[in-house]
Amino acid sequence: MDTKSIMIVGVGGQGSLLASRIIGHVLLMQGYEVKVSEVHGMSQRGGSVVTYVKYGDKVYSPVVEKGEADLIVSFEQLEAARSLPYLKKGGTIITSTQKLDPMPVITGATKYPEDIFNQFRDLGINFIPVNALQLAEEAGSAKASNVVLMGVVSTKMDIDKEEWLKAIEECVPAKFLELNKKAFELGRECY
Amino acid sequence: MKKLMLGNEAFARGLYEAGCKVVSSYPGTPSTEITEEVAKYEEVYAEWAPNEKVAMEVAIGASMAGARSFCGMKHVGLNVAADPLYTASYTGVNGGLVIAVADDPGMHSSQNEQDSRHHAAASKVPMLEPSDSQEVKDFVKEAYRISEEYDTPVIVRMSTRVAHSQSVVDVCEREDIPLKEYVKNPQKNVMMPANARGRHVFVEERTKKLIQEAETSILNKIEMNDGQIGVITSGTTYLYAKEALGDSVSYLKLGIVNPLPSYIIRSFCKKFETVYVIEELDDIIETQCKKLGCDVIGKELFGFIGELSQSIIKEKIKGVSTEYTALQTEIPVRPPVMCAGCPHRGVFYSLAKNKITVSGDIGCYTLGAAQPLCAMDTTVCMGASISGLHGFNKARPEKEKTSVAVIGDSTFMHSGMTGLVNIAYNSTNSTVIILDNSITGMTGHQQNPTTGYNLKGDVAAKVDLEALCRALGIERVRVVDPYNLAETEKAILEELAVEAPSVIISRRPCALLKYVKHNPPLKTNEKCKSCKACLKLGCPAISIKGGKACIDHTLCVGCGICKELCKFDAIE
Ligand SMILES: Cc1ncc(C[n+]2csc(CCOP(=O)(O)OP(=O)(O)O)c2C)c(N)n1
Ligand code: SF4
Ligand code: SF4
Repeated sequence: MDTKSIMIVGVGGQGSLLASRIIGHVLLMQGYEVKVSEVHGMSQRGGSVVTYVKYGDKVYSPVVEKGEADLIVSFEQLEAARSLPYLKKGGTIITSTQKLDPMPVITGATKYPEDIFNQFRDLGINFIPVNALQLAEEAGSAKASNVVLMGVVSTKMDIDKEEWLKAIEECVPAKFLELNKKAFELGRECY
Repeated sequence: MKKLMLGNEAFARGLYEAGCKVVSSYPGTPSTEITEEVAKYEEVYAEWAPNEKVAMEVAIGASMAGARSFCGMKHVGLNVAADPLYTASYTGVNGGLVIAVADDPGMHSSQNEQDSRHHAAASKVPMLEPSDSQEVKDFVKEAYRISEEYDTPVIVRMSTRVAHSQSVVDVCEREDIPLKEYVKNPQKNVMMPANARGRHVFVEERTKKLIQEAETSILNKIEMNDGQIGVITSGTTYLYAKEALGDSVSYLKLGIVNPLPSYIIRSFCKKFETVYVIEELDDIIETQCKKLGCDVIGKELFGFIGELSQSIIKEKIKGVSTEYTALQTEIPVRPPVMCAGCPHRGVFYSLAKNKITVSGDIGCYTLGAAQPLCAMDTTVCMGASISGLHGFNKARPEKEKTSVAVIGDSTFMHSGMTGLVNIAYNSTNSTVIILDNSITGMTGHQQNPTTGYNLKGDVAAKVDLEALCRALGIERVRVVDPYNLAETEKAILEELAVEAPSVIISRRPCALLKYVKHNPPLKTNEKCKSCKACLKLGCPAISIKGGKACIDHTLCVGCGICKELCKFDAIE
């Protein structure tokens, strides 16, 4: 199989590390070679965070570059817009509808672009908006929006649901397991 | 057993499997997790030292005592630890000594982009460079073998992409390596001139032998393919090259980047019409090739700046670029910010309000330099805030009344204390603010000598900062709570006014620490006059919605400083 590339983007503190761990796990269980690459540090203080997941029979570079991502999972609208250049022709963006103002917007130096999804539509981008925050709150905690998005991702990949649940069990602490399973189900059901 | 592991986690596993017994490090992105992970193995003693020089000396001591030892740091950490390293190169080792140094091409979280291979060459210490997690683990074990066989410290060079990428690792058992016998040996271990002269001869002989090792080592690999192009590369760049060029070229992948083999490089270059050297940062391999008389292409294509990648290599060598789509709209940047409720915010607000010149340092508080606070004038390296302020004030004595240094607790322990002694000893009326948030925040919350806990989480001796500053010669030492803006501002203005050096300790734990109990989130009410005074704090929880200030309840931790600023009682 050719190498596939997934990019997970969001804002520091939104839980993209857990999302990449779950995806990495489930892909490893399928027998692929997997590489997951993230940058820790400055970006965690509320800055943009990017994680790359690559898998296939053989993976060399751990990073995903412009025009290479088969799938982009975004935790926030503006970050989805920022990541668009990384999308491969014909690739898909799954994005939370959540909006978080970055500091230049808060200070009034610039404006949050209003019509990101319309622009995606006009460009003919395959994208799936998900009200992940609301579904996560329904599952019991706003923090579980990452796992809601994993639920949506699972419907776009040819991997059994049971395998995903196993990966979630391995990656999530026992006391949050039920909540996260519910978040995952809600994500699966919404598409 | 196969596991997905971060390069740094694989490094820790390698240390464990190689029978490493003593670890001393100082945190620094992207090297920190090596030490955090190795601390989880009961068989390994691991500690955070106050700085890299101390860490290196601890590891050297343990090695002399006969244990396999380790110390880890980021690239700039090796500058701090360079002094012991360069002489440990002469003494060599008893138990194997391995050093991790993590470079940060692209400066994801660093103040410069130096290439640590220069330190390896200058200290005449071998350096290995792995490209993925499995190699990291294998190379660490090989590093211990080389260290003990050749009587030398060995550096393993990591980089952000190797350290922070997870790939599959085959996990093995720990080898039980007994302590080597300790025998007093001043000729080898007491580096005074008469002995050091002898050891320098040894070092030069050792380098010759290490070049022979490099000629035959399994870490230097040749991959022959069809075609007239050869590529010489190492580390993560090898992976970028493989992805970009596949089997259309042949490779010489160097796992030992110091010293470089001569014979292999020459014979590899002879086989091809064109040879590219693809290396991130400086032209170290390229220069060596040219010294050996090989005509190679390198920096003229790839430059010295930032990270390389598969697309850069594809574009430069094959002339193809990947197509992509972007939005027409300008997308606002999302820079990192101090967290909601960050204890540093109150201090920077007061400094900005009073237009104080701020000699800055490195930590979360460097974010005080960002919009909207913009309350920092300089940042150079750890510790430079205090010593730099003294120099500034010697050059411009009138600035003593309007300038301060700010430094975090971990940074003060690392290299701030000596600067403070200098202020007392060589007398400027400088004002130093220690931002004591009871943790090493920037690098992901490590304990340090001021926190009262050690790396393993056990209770440890706690430095009394007030007593320490007094002992260093500063009589005026006071403590403020940065959540109390009025008190903080008053202290700063008073200490600037007095004709004496002073220290203000701004004390309040980091808002992200688990034991910190937060107040309920605050709310804005209809009394808001849209004056935007609260926005000057740069708290990520406050924004303007529909013309009025609005607080995001998921972010706000109720620190209350915005409420102190609001003149209209609109925040409650
Ligand atoms: C010589 C050196 N070692 C390590 C680092 C990495 N580093 C950057 S800031 C920092 C410590 C910050 O801790 P502290 O001073 O307590 O400030 P805080 O981040 O908690 O506000 C470290 C270790 C560095 N930049 N330079
Ligand atoms: S981690 Fe702690 S010290 Fe760093 S910005 Fe956040 S609250 Fe401030
Ligand atoms: S109380 Fe005000 S300044 Fe403090 S975290 Fe909440 S919104 Fe931010």
